[in-house]
Amino acid sequence: MGRFLLKRLANYVVLVVVATTLAYIVASLALNPRSTYEGRNPPPPAAVVEQQLTAYGVNDKDPLLGRYADWIGGVVLHGDFGQTVRGQDINDQLGSRALVSLRLLVLGSIIGAVVGVLAGVVSAIKKYKVTDRAITAYSFFFIATPVFFTAVLLKFGALSVNDAVGSTVLYYTGYETPNLQAGFWGHVADQVGHLILPTLSIALGQIAYFSRYQRNAMLDVMNSDFLRTAEAKGLTRRKALYKHGLRTALIPMATLLAYSFGTLAVGATFTEKIFGWHGMGEWLVDSITSQDINVVATVTLFTAVFILISGFLADVIYAVLDPRVRV
Amino acid sequence: MSAPADPLVVADDAAVSDHPGQKAPSAVVVRGRRSLVLRRFRRRRGAMVALGVLVLMFVGAFLGPVIYQAITGWTYSTQDYTAFLQPPSPDHWFGTTQIGQDVFAQTMRGLQKSLIIGLLVALISTGLAAVVGACAGYFGGWVDRALMWGVDLLLVIPSFLVVAIISPAFQSAGWLVLVFLIAIFAWMITARIVRGMTLSLKEREFVLAARYSGVSSAGIIFRHLIPNMSSLLIIDATIAVATAIIAETGLSYFGFGVQPPDVSLGNLIASGTRSAFTFPWLFLFAGGLLVATTLAVSVIGDALRDALDPASSRAGGTK
Repeated sequence: MGRFLLKRLANYVVLVVVATTLAYIVASLALNPRSTYEGRNPPPPAAVVEQQLTAYGVNDKDPLLGRYADWIGGVVLHGDFGQTVRGQDINDQLGSRALVSLRLLVLGSIIGAVVGVLAGVVSAIKKYKVTDRAITAYSFFFIATPVFFTAVLLKFGALSVNDAVGSTVLYYTGYETPNLQAGFWGHVADQVGHLILPTLSIALGQIAYFSRYQRNAMLDVMNSDFLRTAEAKGLTRRKALYKHGLRTALIPMATLLAYSFGTLAVGATFTEKIFGWHGMGEWLVDSITSQDINVVATVTLFTAVFILISGFLADVIYAVLDPRVRV
Repeated sequence: MSAPADPLVVADDAAVSDHPGQKAPSAVVVRGRRSLVLRRFRRRRGAMVALGVLVLMFVGAFLGPVIYQAITGWTYSTQDYTAFLQPPSPDHWFGTTQIGQDVFAQTMRGLQKSLIIGLLVALISTGLAAVVGACAGYFGGWVDRALMWGVDLLLVIPSFLVVAIISPAFQSAGWLVLVFLIAIFAWMITARIVRGMTLSLKEREFVLAARYSGVSSAGIIFRHLIPNMSSLLIIDATIAVATAIIAETGLSYFGFGVQPPDVSLGNLIASGTRSAFTFPWLFLFAGGLLVATTLAVSVIGDALRDALDPASSRAGGTK
């Protein structure tokens, strides 16, 4: 098992490096940081523009591979992600933005996976009954509904609830109340309150995906020979299902868990933009608009690492669930 | 060398009886695969409703603007300077925008664009997945390792991110470039599934027989392996339509997709979001049509899976 996981981890490290390299090259070829200086009035002297672009490591007149080597060298050796096209240190924003996004992503994925798997299992066991039909209808609706539509509808609902109650019960802007005068627990409660709607907006879709796949996986297992054998040997249907069936049905879900994080990261981009969260997703969209190569590469690196950590976790789950991997 | 006899060419359900004492029919009706699949599909009420909705969407998207212009005189690009931000009315069925554009005409134009993009992406990505997956599974060895490593790499970089970075550079080239950009990043998971199926199929007798008969690798892949996965590919293409529509809408929402003056559901929803609470018709009609379309496609995809897969628990239509 250890050997299997080490092999996977090594593969993931290589993938992160290649993914980041590709993202940097693509961003450098597609984006034009020079354009941020072109619209200024009065126009800055050409020499100043060149000097600043070189200082920020985004001058298109310098060799691309040299620029990439400088940037990746700074990241690996000093943990320095460079500067934005406006001369601000990326490191200054990275920590706070990463925390904002991770809060959303981790919570969304945990709720999505746990509730989704449970819903899928219930749906499979209660096949064709009202419960199954309700869960299936729910999953179809939310698989077909983009995150930004769900987010706006939730915001709409929050407004209606707040209007009905007469005070702010559900927060729909930002991740905390600015200048809040409260103790530690007051701040925690405030941040949890701000988390509810954004987390829901991405978790609802995740629950739908997981429940659909889990239902199919569980149905496949329920018709399998090994389950019939377990029952023939004296196990009750319930015990056979939960002891043998569920474990087997969870194996493909481990893979799905790894791949779902990419979707989740994209979903979080919409959520952050709609709910006014200053996270990595919002930063990415803004940096593409402002032609900021270093920020785009940094966000890509963050996303790739996040996806691959989740992939590694999925491998661990896979190794725990599937005895063949442990040999 | 043809594929093995189709397991779906079976007796009609009603023609065979398990009940003792019941008289057997004089003739057994043998149904071909196509008619059996259609029969199974038609049994699913939800699927038939979804198909109706989808047909309605296509008619609305492609004929709607023509009929609407004949009735009201408005197109997606014309402006009514006497009606700014007007709610739905007999003059403007879905209301008007801040600059007096007709929301119905714009929504139908947006739906048209989204449907075309969805269909094209589905065709390209499913074709790509079939070829890459089948080649990886059939050839094995370093070809398999290289292709699957490439798949892993593309799965690590969120496609949305790369397309968002690249698309502004191609904005002048129009929406067809967007189709290719979305398609390039939409085939990887299907390719993995196709590879898995190929690994199993390539050991089957009909493939071995073809190989011993001297059929080329390309011939085996395109004439024997891929046709035997047609069920999966049809289902995948159907689901890919919905995925592509959502991807295009998402990109357009942030301004990285279809560019003004052209419209797509994405940029209509984006502009509507800003005033969704005060002028809901700007947001809800485009959003509602988007959800209805993708939902219909998803339900059809699910029904096709059940109809095409003889092992499916619901395929027979019985509960």
